[in-house]
Amino acid sequence: MADARKDNDVKTNAEDYLRMYRQMVRIRTFEDNANQLYLSAKMPGLTHMYSGEEAVAVGICEALTDDDRITSTHRGHGHCVAKGAAFKEMFCELLGKEEGYCRGKGGSMHIADQSHGNLGANAIVGGSMGIATGSALRAKLLGSDDVTVCFFGDGATAQGLMYEVMNMAALWKLPVIYACENNGYSEYTRTDEIAAGSITARAEAFGIEAHQVDGQDVLAVNALTRRLVERARKGEGPFFMELMTYRYHGHHVGDINREYYRSKEEEKDWKENRDPIIRFRAWLVAEGIASEAEIEAMNAAITEDAAQAVAHAEAAPYPDASEVDMHVYAD
Amino acid sequence: MREITLSQAVNEAIAEEMRRDPTVFLMGEDVAEAGTPFKVLSGLVEEFGTQRVIDTPISEPGFVGMAVGAAMTGARPIVDLMFGDFLYLVMDQLCNQAAKQHYMSGGKLTVPMVLRTNLGATRRSAAQHSQSLQALVAHIPGLKVAMPSSAYEAKGLMKTAIRDNNPVVIFEDKLMYQDKAPVPEEEYLIPFGEAHIKRAGRDITLIATSSMVQVAEKAAGLLAGEGIEAEVIDPRTIVPLDEASLIASVRKTSRAIVIDEGHQSYGVTAEIAARLNEKAFYHLDAPVLRMGAMDVPVPFSPALEDLTVPTPERVVAQARRLCAGELIHAA
Repeated sequence: MADARKDNDVKTNAEDYLRMYRQMVRIRTFEDNANQLYLSAKMPGLTHMYSGEEAVAVGICEALTDDDRITSTHRGHGHCVAKGAAFKEMFCELLGKEEGYCRGKGGSMHIADQSHGNLGANAIVGGSMGIATGSALRAKLLGSDDVTVCFFGDGATAQGLMYEVMNMAALWKLPVIYACENNGYSEYTRTDEIAAGSITARAEAFGIEAHQVDGQDVLAVNALTRRLVERARKGEGPFFMELMTYRYHGHHVGDINREYYRSKEEEKDWKENRDPIIRFRAWLVAEGIASEAEIEAMNAAITEDAAQAVAHAEAAPYPDASEVDMHVYAD
Repeated sequence: MREITLSQAVNEAIAEEMRRDPTVFLMGEDVAEAGTPFKVLSGLVEEFGTQRVIDTPISEPGFVGMAVGAAMTGARPIVDLMFGDFLYLVMDQLCNQAAKQHYMSGGKLTVPMVLRTNLGATRRSAAQHSQSLQALVAHIPGLKVAMPSSAYEAKGLMKTAIRDNNPVVIFEDKLMYQDKAPVPEEEYLIPFGEAHIKRAGRDITLIATSSMVQVAEKAAGLLAGEGIEAEVIDPRTIVPLDEASLIASVRKTSRAIVIDEGHQSYGVTAEIAARLNEKAFYHLDAPVLRMGAMDVPVPFSPALEDLTVPTPERVVAQARRLCAGELIHAA
């Protein structure tokens, strides 16, 4: 974090730092509650936890405005919260309730919140790369200065679509940033077993400037993203970021016995020594930006907020049966 | 009234809509200076420039995906898929992404895009450049499917497609690009879901799509010589389908043949025949017949290829049998 702190581009406003912290804790808290909803059989289906990767979504989305767009993934709750979504509508969506962001039709893997520029999570690995790049093409064609960030995992680098759209983005200098969250695992398989060569070199082959950054350091992620967003707005894009991070849970909430592909020692090491929230909290206290007591109060408020949202979602009505064939076609 | 070719009709429709709406743009392989291999789009790049008539690399999933993203964020892309056979390459982007965004988002996101492509065998282009794949996309809720049968329909349906707020796939028969038909100078649109009675008759209904309308009309002419008055109906769009007009015709004639150039099994003809059986059963004097392409990959040799598609003579033969009551107890 020392490097990021020295960076002149980093926001120097304490309020911004506290918001980043709060957003990371909100993501972790959201996921802890979602996991409980699954374990207590209150949530239909499965979900994919973002816990451990919070600094990536928050570092990036804090560098964006509501006009900037993102596309998200099946592991998308973090992106959604970081881009400005509210707990209540998110939990309602997870439970398939009418008040959800998608009126219960999308669920965990398809939450979209276009009012904050979130074009939606995508349950096809790498499936949103065309959408993100097309959003950037639209910005260029219509003379808008917004930037689109395409979130995807290391597993998605194995999809051919990525190479097709990076080629076009580079040819046409589109304002898109490809944000590869490398959490070390492609579902149940180690990334080094599915990806030959370097990840960043894939983008560099198209002449796209690529950066690797510590995805557990929210300030480093934010500083890099702010620089790249500013340049992308000026027509210097596209860019590529590889964010080195880690998912604390399995591929999804039901992937519990996973020692056949990942050791408990490795998980313990990341959680205890590289946790993005613990690290940033310590920095906030050391810098005198917040006291331990203030941070505890912030955490407690978020916990309470989540509990209320969960209770609301549990009590909320399901969509009426008449909605089943609604929204197939737009008027 | 003036007569223009189907190719000119498509070109005019796109040019008019691009003049009317600055968010409309065109992308695909060799659409700009080349104006596509069929020269349908010639001249558009000269008027609208390379910003709005965009030559892409040979990356069908990539540019169709980008069209989805551009459409989701405020543009109205028309993507050109050089051959209908390439639909297999873009199925994820079309069927998982474009078709489902509106529904998955509970009606928040829309994808106003047009994918124009073609169908039609007997061009001696063999199995990968001759298919008629409209049934594949008609099967997917969220997509609309238009099948113009002449220059008149090609223009009116294209203009409607461009203004529609949903993904629309338009299939043009590539053997009809030079066919002329009367097309008004003044602007007109053809609403989706309105079948057109091409020829009135009382003895048998021939429901036909795209170039099969010509086949049906020729067959009707031959049948008239035998004293059989055939009614020819063109649904014009198969999604939405003007079921009411088809049923009304069959209730009147009590016999029907459905003709479409897609493979017969599990095809457009099967769907329409099933609906007639469900909704006009007690008005039928004979089973509804399907006439599609043979269930074989399209062969190259003219001697073989010509056997695979419906022809006026084959339609006449089947109609004659139906009207003579020969097929009432057919196995």
